[in-house]
Amino acid sequence: MALSPEAVERLTAEATEIIARYPQARSALLPMLHLVQSEEGFVSPDGVALCAGLLDLSTAEVSAVATFYTQYKRHPNGEYTVGVCTNTLCAVMGGDAIFESLEDHLGIGHDETTEDGKVTLERIECNAACDYAPVLMVNWEFFDNQTPSSAREVVDQIRAGQPVVPTRGANTVATFKEVSKVLAGFDDGRANEGVGAGPASLRGTLLAAEKGWRAPEPERENGNGRADTASAAKDSTARAASSSGSDAPAVPAGTADRAGTTAGKPPGEATAGENDPGTGTQKEG
Amino acid sequence: MSIDTAAAERPAATLTPVLSAFWDDPESWTLATYERNGGYQALRTALGMDPAAVVTAVKDSGLRGRGGAGFPTGLKWSFLPKPDGLPRYLVINADESEPGTCKDIPLMLATPQFLIEGAIITCHAIGAERAFIYLRGEVVHVYRRLLAAVAEARAAGYLGENVLGSGKNIDIVVHSGAGAYICGEETALLDSLEGRRGQPRLKPPFPAVAGLYARPTVVNNVESIASVPSIITNGATWFAALGTPKSAGYGLFSLSGHVRQPGQYEAPLGITLRELLEMAGGIREGHELKFWTPGGSSTPLFTDAHLDTPLDFESTAAAGSMLGTRALQCFDDTTCVVRAVLRWTEFYAHESCGKCTPCREGTYWLVQVLRRLENGQGDEADLDKLLDICDNILGRSFCALGDGATSPITSSVQYFRDEYLRHLTEGGCPFDPVASTLFAGASA
Repeated sequence: MALSPEAVERLTAEATEIIARYPQARSALLPMLHLVQSEEGFVSPDGVALCAGLLDLSTAEVSAVATFYTQYKRHPNGEYTVGVCTNTLCAVMGGDAIFESLEDHLGIGHDETTEDGKVTLERIECNAACDYAPVLMVNWEFFDNQTPSSAREVVDQIRAGQPVVPTRGANTVATFKEVSKVLAGFDDGRANEGVGAGPASLRGTLLAAEKGWRAPEPERENGNGRADTASAAKDSTARAASSSGSDAPAVPAGTADRAGTTAGKPPGEATAGENDPGTGTQKEG
Repeated sequence: MSIDTAAAERPAATLTPVLSAFWDDPESWTLATYERNGGYQALRTALGMDPAAVVTAVKDSGLRGRGGAGFPTGLKWSFLPKPDGLPRYLVINADESEPGTCKDIPLMLATPQFLIEGAIITCHAIGAERAFIYLRGEVVHVYRRLLAAVAEARAAGYLGENVLGSGKNIDIVVHSGAGAYICGEETALLDSLEGRRGQPRLKPPFPAVAGLYARPTVVNNVESIASVPSIITNGATWFAALGTPKSAGYGLFSLSGHVRQPGQYEAPLGITLRELLEMAGGIREGHELKFWTPGGSSTPLFTDAHLDTPLDFESTAAAGSMLGTRALQCFDDTTCVVRAVLRWTEFYAHESCGKCTPCREGTYWLVQVLRRLENGQGDEADLDKLLDICDNILGRSFCALGDGATSPITSSVQYFRDEYLRHLTEGGCPFDPVASTLFAGASA
């Protein structure tokens, strides 16, 4: 499969739109890889060459990026990626059983596609829905609280050409190519579909309403919405340790002399003997 | 002070929904819903304030980064050098991928405008005209909601040229990642946002000095930025009065696993797992809590001995772990800790970016040894081997991913050494994986 001249022209115009979002062109590369994937269902050599040409990079540089990220496919993907979370919590809650059941049911393994080209099965890592474990993602839409039988039903529907409905997401799951286009930053107008929050997300909200629990009302003494500063001063004294920048480091203090974490502060703020890594150890999930 | 005394002195725990207060409104994600609930008043207030005063308010509030490390947010902002007339950037880390962490995704799905308003206020405070939201690529509906939220805010005059007549130009680009846990590390995120492989950078220079495009950049977590409007509206004192003196404010606590009512519970920092479990109906029927993570898989495990540890930065650290992202993954007595730790370790080996040797090679070998142990092979010396490898990763890898990989291993060997040994004496895993599932006892 090669990109037709018509496709190259269209993708070039769309890629130009993507590039225009960023102060530097190369930032467009990840969305552009989603874009070429939306055309062919994977990142093909043609797709790599297109990105390279538009960003003035070598194909090797683009391939190096494309192979780093798991969402970019190196061979044609099925119309629907069915990802089973088998990270620890989902695995324990039933993800392992679901994955095995789907392998058995579909006759394929991880990163393989059914012969009809409908379903690509994947083990996926934690997808930030642990309160709905075990979780299935179909083309990156949430299917919460799954069982082996509910998961088999989903893939059967897909293979029968019926629409499948996520628990939290659009009204129906779009195809892999359509979703790739959205991830390239092209709004498909479906943001208003689906729920705002699922039942687990709402547990605290609803419990608080039931019990009459609310965040405290602010004191408004000087009328401008900012409360008086007496107790703030007290609090900030109590916080002296943390506002000196030496809050609990993410690594034991004794290990803070590793590469990249010694100096800790921008030049103006640097202090001799400061063992705080500053912004350096932030590792967000 | 004994735990009993501490418990007796504590006032009854309650929830304090701020960010999650109206997640149950119909179409909670729209600008209209947000404005009906007081949205964008904070932006008007902030635009009337000197940028430095906004930074001071956030500093005084005691807000600490909600992405795991807990660095004081206002202090981070104040590290930016003085304006030189060239661009500076706000980058929001929405790459929520730490196993167990599931707070930012529901927040952005239900009420994305908290993040958008917070981002605009932060741009005003730090003198940035452009913010980027780096969202993990595996949540397409959240991406749709963010794109729509930015479009709505722009149409209402909150974004774009001359925001609300202030003379400020501020815009937000929502950028999708493509599946790589390491991009949650802030400098790897910046490399990824620049169109490269997501590998961490050597620091210094820190992003505050040379971040995106080597320009001064603030990188903050979603929940940190989403908390800013409430601080501006209600005052720093209000925020500081919540939580503990050193861990101020409220946060989303995400209960998952063998809990009767898993979900999001927004409470002041310092609440305990016992109090949260009481709200969530406890551990599932007929079982007991065995181990849990206070803040994702990269924070050392806790056991039922830590039910009364206040979930704030200081108390969790004093008890040998970290608050992290308040990702409370609870596992009951049916769960094999070796299996759990093996799976997390496979995750770290898979997600290691390959840049530094201790993490790349070390996580590979950890998996080999753990697989052998889970299968009842090997011998007791393998436990020492595990700890030895961990010792060669912790503090010797390039970024915190390697450090995090050692947390579940060292803490599980500390608390459950006998369970590791039981695998050896019984020649295999003594647990039935079916008993741990959500659908145990039901016909699947």
